[in-house]
Amino acid sequence: MTVQTVADVLAGTCLISGAFLSLAAGVGLLRFPDLLNRMHAATKPQVLGLLLILAGTALRLQNTIDITTLVLVGVFQLATAPVAAHMVGRAVYRAGHVRRDLLIVDELAEDRADAQPPSR
Amino acid sequence: MRLPRWRDRLLTAAVLVTVWMLLWGVFSWANLISGLLVAAVVITVFPLPPVTVAGRPHPVALLRLAWRFVIDLVAASFQLAVLAFRFGHQPRSAIIRVPLRVPSDLVLTLTGEAVSLVPGSLIVDTDRASTTLYIHVIGVADRAAVERFRHEVYETEARIVRAIGSDDEIRRLSDPPPVEKRRQL
Repeated sequence: MTVQTVADVLAGTCLISGAFLSLAAGVGLLRFPDLLNRMHAATKPQVLGLLLILAGTALRLQNTIDITTLVLVGVFQLATAPVAAHMVGRAVYRAGHVRRDLLIVDELAEDRADAQPPSR
Repeated sequence: MRLPRWRDRLLTAAVLVTVWMLLWGVFSWANLISGLLVAAVVITVFPLPPVTVAGRPHPVALLRLAWRFVIDLVAASFQLAVLAFRFGHQPRSAIIRVPLRVPSDLVLTLTGEAVSLVPGSLIVDTDRASTTLYIHVIGVADRAAVERFRHEVYETEARIVRAIGSDDEIRRLSDPPPVEKRRQL
C-alpha cells in the first residue's frame, strides 16, 4: 500500500463522513420544531461536516496554493458561524418566535422580566 | 498605555499578513512585503477598539484546550446527527444563564465562540456588563441535564482562561460561580 493509497482512503473517509453530517444538518433543519432548534442543525454538524470535506479535498489536491485557500475557508467558517447563529437566535428570541412549551427552563425570560417591569 | 497598544497593532498586523499570504498561497518576500503594506493601510484606515489582552499564552493549556475542543466538536456533532434522525422524537431544550467568573471581553467572546461551535448550544444573548452568556441548549431531558451543561460551560471557560489568561484571572477561577449576578439594564 503506497502513501497515495492511504491518502486516498483517508480523503474518501473524510468526504463521506462530511457529507453524512451535512445530510444530518439538512434533516434536522426540516424536522426540528422551532427556529432556535433549527439553528443548531443549520450551523453545527455542518461546521464539522465542512471541515471534514475541506480536509478530504486537501488530501486529494496536495497543492500548497489550494490548501492555503482551504485553510482560510475553514478558519473563516469557524469565526463567522457562531456570530451568524447568535444574530439570528437573538432576533428570533426578541421577536418571540420561540416554542416555549418545549423549553424546560428559560432564565433569559426571568432576567428580562426583572430588568424591565411590565409597564404596558 | 502606549506599549499594549503597539502590541495589539503588531498582533493585528501579524494576523493580517498571515491571511494575505494564505490567500496567495505562496510564501515569498514579495508577498510578505506587500502583506505588511496592506496590513498597515488596513490598520490605519479601519482602527478597531482595543481588546485588552491581559494574559499571555500558556502552550500546554492551549494544546489541552484545542484537543478538548476537537473532541467536543466531533462527539457533539454525531449526537446532534443522531437526534436529527430520531424521527418522532421531539427534542426538549432550555435557555440558561451562565454568568462567567472572569470579567474580560476576550474571555466572554472566546467562551461564546467555543460554546457556539460545539453543537447543541447556541448563544441567544449576552450581557457585557456582567459578562453573562444566555445559552440555548438542545436535547436536554431534565433539570439535571441542564445543570450538567452549565457545569460544562464553566469548564470551557476555565480551559480558555488557563490557556490565555493572566495569573489574576486564573486565580478567579477558583471563585464560586456568581449565581446571583443578574442582568443590569
